[in-house]
Amino acid sequence: MKYQVENGVLLHAAALTGDVYDFVIKAPGIAKKAQPGQFVHVAVPGKTLRRPISLCGFNAEEGTLRLVFQVRGEGTAILATLQEGATLDLLGPLGHGFPAPKEGQKALYVGGGIGVPPLLQASKAAGENALVCLGFRTASAVILQQDFEQNGATVYLATDDGSLGHHGFAADCAKDLSFDVAYACGPTPMLRAVRDLAKEKGVPCYLSLEERMACGVGACLGCATPLIREDGTKYFGHVCKDGPVFEAGSVDL
Amino acid sequence: MTDLSVNVAGVAFHNPLIAASGTFGFGREYAEFYPLSTLGGISCKGITLQERPGNPPPRIAETPSGMLNAVGLQNPGVDHFIREDLPWLREQGTRIIANIAGNTPEDYCAMAEKLNDTDVDMIELNISCPNVKQGGVQFGTTTEGVSGITGAVRRVCKKPLMVKLSPNVSDIGEMALAAEAAGADAISLINTLTGMRIDIRTRRPIIRNNTGGLSGPAVFPVAVRMVWQAASKVKIPVVGLGGIATWQDAVEMLMAGATALQIGTVLFTDPMAPVKILKGLENFLQEQGIEHVSELTGTVRPW
Repeated sequence: MKYQVENGVLLHAAALTGDVYDFVIKAPGIAKKAQPGQFVHVAVPGKTLRRPISLCGFNAEEGTLRLVFQVRGEGTAILATLQEGATLDLLGPLGHGFPAPKEGQKALYVGGGIGVPPLLQASKAAGENALVCLGFRTASAVILQQDFEQNGATVYLATDDGSLGHHGFAADCAKDLSFDVAYACGPTPMLRAVRDLAKEKGVPCYLSLEERMACGVGACLGCATPLIREDGTKYFGHVCKDGPVFEAGSVDL
Repeated sequence: MTDLSVNVAGVAFHNPLIAASGTFGFGREYAEFYPLSTLGGISCKGITLQERPGNPPPRIAETPSGMLNAVGLQNPGVDHFIREDLPWLREQGTRIIANIAGNTPEDYCAMAEKLNDTDVDMIELNISCPNVKQGGVQFGTTTEGVSGITGAVRRVCKKPLMVKLSPNVSDIGEMALAAEAAGADAISLINTLTGMRIDIRTRRPIIRNNTGGLSGPAVFPVAVRMVWQAASKVKIPVVGLGGIATWQDAVEMLMAGATALQIGTVLFTDPMAPVKILKGLENFLQEQGIEHVSELTGTVRPW
């Protein structure tokens, strides 16, 4: 049985910004199997559909998961009200995560807004070889910078309004860096920019996508995303089962 | 000892719970949660004569107590189903229902003929998919349409034939009668109710198809009413579906007149729902001193 439903216990809940929350959840079954870039499908009390949330971190030894999510609508607003000690009905770990960089490779991680959290656990694998470019709307929206730095990464910041770091896009910060593999999660224009940059440098690139989702396991075909076959033909794959992380060349952005 | 087995059109199901078409794929994903023999049967994802790419995203929107979907019958085609999925499904210890949809009566008949030579247990005629431009629901919203397509498939189909009815009609009883008169061995209802949601910031419908099919607990009372009305009109068995989420809902649907049940959207809320519903149903039968689940069918006492 590959999939499991686990009742996690909320150990720690904090607000990182006005609308971004940081949960540490005891869920040893899922933590043991988790890979960076995978997600959990979180049941929301009173709601029909679960909410897919990428793993920001996990610790197999401690049996914990870390979820950092933004309040986007009613479901995430309900989740944000949960207090420490609450139970969360979790389905996971789901989907395909980020393939790890090879030993000694310089790895680029580009994240935008709430696309930043999934990159944290992924960048751990690269340690001091992680080059992390993070983009946010404004200085007060910056999250997880210290967490990346604690893992040894070099962090480059960009803000839309120029209130902190580079005034512009996170992908701009990556232009002059040299790297062997690239990873990105964020808005579509950012994903395109990172894909193009990696192509220019001739290095592999992996993108994490999101889509409105129902089952989370590949049965309902709800979370369709256009993909490209090797022969160039297009088809609808599914973010939950084929992704959420895709090789950049296979995605029709 | 309670007996959960039911018989629908000569097909014996070891319990009345069937996975609803479109929510369960071809079973492989949910087989990673529990043995598929947990279920009495599986109605497979709707298949068409040729592969279909499905609708562009977004295909899903949440609604109060439910959801809209417009997947658009994405499927690999009937030949692929027979070759790649059916042999595996056959080994899972549960009844297999092939749900077929088409653009023309000829499409439906061609698929029925292909399936005649396989070991699927039953065919479910999908004349109620609201999310494709051609076929599907156009056959399901008039008595002439229901009668015509059911009769055409009946003439070539050697398998037990179940017709899945659309709720987007003014008189469900008439549709049920039309299916029965044209040779259906059973009917299943309800498919989804056509709905719509709009993003007030972009003024765009949330679903790319503009409209989608509403399912989940929101439609349950409509489904109970329609099952009750249909079951009171026809002699063939009625398979009830639409928003069943708990064992109490299952009991209610049986009392409304259903011989067997399909569950769908609740799987997205809780993949383990079938296990819980069956357990609750069994406990209820024991508590009520009912030996056989079929004794509940149609036992509502209307005022």
